[in-house]
Amino acid sequence: MVDSLSLAKREDSIGNAPTKNAIFDVHDVHKSFAGLHALSEVNLKVGERTTHAIIGPNGAGKSTLLNVCVGRLAPDSGTVTFDGETLTGKKPYEINQAGVARVFQTPEIFSDLNLLENLLMPALSKRDGSFTFNAFRALNTQKDILQKAEHALEDVGLIEKRYEHAGSLSRGDKRRLELAMCLIQNPKLLLLDEPTAGMSRHDTNRTIDLLVRIKESGMTIIVIEHDMHVVFSLADHVSVLAQGKIIAAGTPSEVKGSAKVQEAYLGGAPQ
Amino acid sequence: MNMSARAKIQTTPAKDWILFIAFSIVILTMPLWTMPIGASYPALLQKFAIYGIFAIGFNILFGLTGYLSFGHAAFLGVGSYAAVWSFKLFTMNAIPAVIFGVIFSGLLAYLVGFICLRRTGIYFSILTLAFAQMCYRLAYSVLTPITNGETGLQLSGGDPRIIDRMFFEASPGLPSPRLFGYELGGYAGFYFCAVMMIITFFIAMRITRSPFGMKLKAIRSNQNRMNYIGFHTRPYTQMAFVISGMFAGLAGALLAVTDPLAGAERMTWTASGEVVLMTILGGVGTLIGPVLGAGAIKYFENIFSAFNENLLHNTFAILPDGLENIVVSAISPFVGNGWHLTLGLIFMAVVIFLPGGFMEGITRIQRYIDRKRNGSVDSKTENEKEPNHG
Repeated sequence: MVDSLSLAKREDSIGNAPTKNAIFDVHDVHKSFAGLHALSEVNLKVGERTTHAIIGPNGAGKSTLLNVCVGRLAPDSGTVTFDGETLTGKKPYEINQAGVARVFQTPEIFSDLNLLENLLMPALSKRDGSFTFNAFRALNTQKDILQKAEHALEDVGLIEKRYEHAGSLSRGDKRRLELAMCLIQNPKLLLLDEPTAGMSRHDTNRTIDLLVRIKESGMTIIVIEHDMHVVFSLADHVSVLAQGKIIAAGTPSEVKGSAKVQEAYLGGAPQ
Repeated sequence: MNMSARAKIQTTPAKDWILFIAFSIVILTMPLWTMPIGASYPALLQKFAIYGIFAIGFNILFGLTGYLSFGHAAFLGVGSYAAVWSFKLFTMNAIPAVIFGVIFSGLLAYLVGFICLRRTGIYFSILTLAFAQMCYRLAYSVLTPITNGETGLQLSGGDPRIIDRMFFEASPGLPSPRLFGYELGGYAGFYFCAVMMIITFFIAMRITRSPFGMKLKAIRSNQNRMNYIGFHTRPYTQMAFVISGMFAGLAGALLAVTDPLAGAERMTWTASGEVVLMTILGGVGTLIGPVLGAGAIKYFENIFSAFNENLLHNTFAILPDGLENIVVSAISPFVGNGWHLTLGLIFMAVVIFLPGGFMEGITRIQRYIDRKRNGSVDSKTENEKEPNHG
């Protein structure tokens, strides 16, 4: 993980400016539901080791775009490529094995398992692949993977709760746990769907600090977020989605000043 | 959390070995300690072991993955038929019979799982039920040449038994299942089943403690998340279904070893329902629970169903006549043929008061004793998950 999770910088990124080669490319994606165009002509390029925010009003198609990216939904047309590999038509587990991890809007964790066990699952997936019949060696003797899981929990500040049921955590802790589950896999691309939704200001700030550390470790991140404080704290680039189309893209300050964005996103209200 | 608390909630290989050895001792000494409760006769002991295996296998599917199959009796039935055919065609030795039973039920489980595991929840349960009922009906119709229909598949003097014939002549009368010369009737039959049960318990324990077992539990908890962290869940559930079906086939084969005949009634939906009851009653997802559930149901089945009105009158003979009649008429619907009513009440009471089955009761008692011993309880421990040791 975070060998990475320890959120220490990746070896080759220490002190270097992030490289800007596009690692993730959404090309001309269309998706409609019963005649309603949720996404049309969506093009998006995300540079390696950058943080790209996608913003837009409710119902703009942000989550649909993320669902298309991770294989939950198949696009009607268009392609999604990641690191030179086409993701379109692949199953979610194949996309994850290719190096893409996702944090959901509503935390998707293993509520009946304890926190340590929650972390062991993604660590096992990273180590063993999508299917391995390893039924004869007890899990609690596999120190390497246990230590990795404990470090991951340390990094998100949940180590004290490692034997508690994940279902009993607060919403903020659940989000941090889910984030740790993604980070333990040391993904090449991290997709975050409103990582601070429903959090208190205190929890939001803690999460921003964590995300900044992840960003500094050199991970490529795509984040969907409503909270502009989060967007401007993290993003290198912002794309604005409205009614299924990308209407503006650029650095946070460029987007902030765009009249088009103010009209679509802020309902034309002067800032 | 301090280290002692940590040690307390983690299973270790040493603890698992202690559990396994204790379990083996308890099973192998059953004829002794079941004597005071009137259950130490071979036919009942054999049932304890056989249905214990059935429930252990069922728990690998239901307890770990959460997939509730209502058709496991089909695998039990196929295991029995395969074993009896092995007796008829090849040899009266129990080992090939057991191997055939496991293989054929495994093949059927692969096919049924391949189709039914496309759905989850209630749809999966209904599909498995439909499959089992289909097997049951087929056994009475199209497959009569294999199953011998309503009469059931039995041994006969004219059976070829080609392997046996290579070594010795057919003896007059029907032979009985053997293990390399030792007849498997009575207590020998029980010990054969008990050893098989200990082996299946060991396998189930290894699976539960392994990464594979943990992945099955995670599938039960959140299959969607499993997909998004890179697991192809289908082969895992398929594997669990096949292993579970093979255990059921083993139980079916052992039914044939202890009594060499096979009938389609073993595949009815009530038989599938019974293993669900055993598992829930004992404790879903625990190692020991299903065995306890199977033991309890088979014990009560034998005890309560053996009572009849005469026996009740004898039991309550010391009461005044009028009162005796009232007591007997109040109790008689719950015994004899009506013992299922008692089972239903026990089941309801357990589900309402001990949703985790007998094992939850045991855990509560353990906690109570710990509390008494320690004086007070760290409120934190209430939230901590205690992995199932048994």
